[in-house]
Amino acid sequence: MCTYLTEKISVDGSAKGARGWFGAQEATVYVDHPVHAQYGHTVNIDVLNPALGPSARVALELTEETALALAEAIQRAIGSAPPGLASKDQ
Amino acid sequence: MSSPNTDGLTNAIVAGTVTISGHGGDQIEAYLARPLDGGSRGGVVVIHHMPGYDASTKEIVRRFAVEGYNALCPNLYAREAPGADPDDAAAAVRALGGVPDERLVGDVSGASVHLKGLDGANGKIGVIGYCSGGRHTFLAACSLPVDAAVDCYGAFVVEDPPEGMPKHMQPILHLAPNLSAPLLGLFGKDDRFPDQDSVAALDAELSKLDKPHEFHSYEGTGHSFFSVDRPAYRPEAAVDGWSKILDFFGTNLSA
Repeated sequence: MCTYLTEKISVDGSAKGARGWFGAQEATVYVDHPVHAQYGHTVNIDVLNPALGPSARVALELTEETALALAEAIQRAIGSAPPGLASKDQ
Repeated sequence: MSSPNTDGLTNAIVAGTVTISGHGGDQIEAYLARPLDGGSRGGVVVIHHMPGYDASTKEIVRRFAVEGYNALCPNLYAREAPGADPDDAAAAVRALGGVPDERLVGDVSGASVHLKGLDGANGKIGVIGYCSGGRHTFLAACSLPVDAAVDCYGAFVVEDPPEGMPKHMQPILHLAPNLSAPLLGLFGKDDRFPDQDSVAALDAELSKLDKPHEFHSYEGTGHSFFSVDRPAYRPEAAVDGWSKILDFFGTNLSA
């Protein structure tokens, strides 16, 4: 299905896209048709800076199994580091 | 180099990017393909799918030119993402909530005017759209005078969208009395949006209103079955669907 259902959050950090590094401002997560992955639907994650235009974007198209594994890996990586080490207030 | 066939025609086409006046007079990018052989021709407005104004959509535009039509696809995401890659543009427009219905109608109207102004145009206009463009096709055909419309698996014409969708993405079945042209609908029986109940409801409403329409739903087929670059491609449905589209436009877009 085509869906506009989109989870959108503000993010603080950097991302590297087709034109190099940029300051990331937003991330969106949605389940919809991928552009490149050979599946009907994937979990699509975009890290964006709308102020720099649509090309300031890092895109992922993952199966739901690997998207969930990625989320868990993020949790584990943060959990195994000293608390607050990568915090905004580090 | 193309050579004349037995009809004395070259079958050559020309295709490329043009600028048209869209909604509100905005100058927007569009992809135009047209036959080089002379003669009177109908025009086809191609409304791209939600993934955007991409290479596969431009192939569809060229196909219509090869089949003898002037064909034009406006880039519905041109304003938000001028010059961006189609996938980046689609992501940007998604994040903004999609294309407003009023603007879609204005852009299709602008495309129609552009086609009618081409040399040899016979004044007939068909509209075809895929995925979100299927809903857009129904919207355009209920808002503008056209001569034929083809809805390829457009959702949210009949059914309420899931919670959380943009406010403007509302059902538009109430526009059906204004449908200005015969409608060909091509759907997959395994599609969930639109599902077969929604297809049946649209069919029933158009029958009740005595609006000419012809619907086909293909077995073993889901959404996006015309997309040759996606796993959803279903060759049997797509080949038959193309045949039905060309017959339908042949009937309704002849001078």
